[in-house]
Amino acid sequence: MSLQDKYKELLDTAKTSEVNNLQVREQDNVLYVDGDAPSGQVKDNLWNIYNKIDPDYRAGDLVMNVNVSAAAGQKAKVTTDQSNLNIRKGPGTDQPVVGKAAHNEIVTLISKTNDQWFLIKTDAGEEGYAYAQYLTPQ
Amino acid sequence: MNKNFFRLLTLSCITFLSLALYSCKGVSDSDIQKNVSEKLAGMPGVMVDVKNGVVTLSGVCSDEASKANCETQAKSVKGVKSVINNCTVTPPPTATAPVTISPDDALTTNVKDAIKDFTGVNATVADGVVTLTGTLKRDRLKNLMQSLNTLKPKKINNQLTLQ
Repeated sequence: MSLQDKYKELLDTAKTSEVNNLQVREQDNVLYVDGDAPSGQVKDNLWNIYNKIDPDYRAGDLVMNVNVSAAAGQKAKVTTDQSNLNIRKGPGTDQPVVGKAAHNEIVTLISKTNDQWFLIKTDAGEEGYAYAQYLTPQ
Repeated sequence: MNKNFFRLLTLSCITFLSLALYSCKGVSDSDIQKNVSEKLAGMPGVMVDVKNGVVTLSGVCSDEASKANCETQAKSVKGVKSVINNCTVTPPPTATAPVTISPDDALTTNVKDAIKDFTGVNATVADGVVTLTGTLKRDRLKNLMQSLNTLKPKKINNQLTLQ
C-alpha cells in the first residue's frame, strides 16, 4: 500500500479544508506534506487524523509541515502548556530573554522569521522573538 | 490582325490580374476570423483578431509547443497575410517543490530548541533522521511532534516511552 493511500484521509481532509500551497511528495518511503493551514483548528484536526492512522506517530513515514499562515500585524494567542512564553533578543534558545508573554495572552505578530521563530510585540510593548509552536494565530 | 491579338492579350491580362487581385482581396477579415477560429477550436484559451488579413492571436496556451502550433495553424488559413502571436504560456501548475531536508547542524540546533521544554526527552540527529528516546506524557506528544515536523527532518523515529 502506498503512503498516499495509507494517509488518504489526511490528504483528502487537507484538500477540503483549504490548506494552501499543499505539497505532497513521497521519497525514500517517507511522505512529505507541506502547506499553510487556514486556522489552528484545521492544523489540529490534521494532527488528530495523523494520530488516528498512525497511533503515537510511531511509523516514521510521514513528515507533516503544515503551519497556520501568519501575516504581519495579526494577533496570536500564547498557547503554552501553562507557563509564560519567553521573548528573546534573537531567534534561538541561546539568545537572552528580553521579556515574557503570559499563558493565553494575545500578542501581535511583527514578522515570521521562519517556521520556528516569530518576531512579536506584546501589548506592554515588549518586542522580541518567540517560539512559533507556542503561538496560535487568531 | 496583330492589333487585335494584342488587344485580346491586353484584355486577358487585365482580366487575369483583376481576378488574381480579387481572389487576394476576396477572403474577408470575418471569413479569416471564422476559419482561424475553427482551426483553433481545440484551444479554447486562444482569441483571434483579424485586421486587413493580419491575424493577432492572444490569450493563454498550455505550453510553448501549443503556442507555436496556434501560429502555424493560423498561417495555413487562406487569406492570412501574417500572424502576430501574443499568446502567453501558463507556467505548469505549481511545480512540485523538491523535498528539502535540513542539514544536520541546523537540524541539531533546532531540535535542541524544540525539545527544550520537554523534560525527559532526548534526541539525536543523524543524516537528517531525528531519533527520540526517553519518556514523555502521551498528551504532550502531539505538541512535540508538531514542533519537530516543522524542522524539515528526513524522518522522525519516535522511540519514546509514553506515559
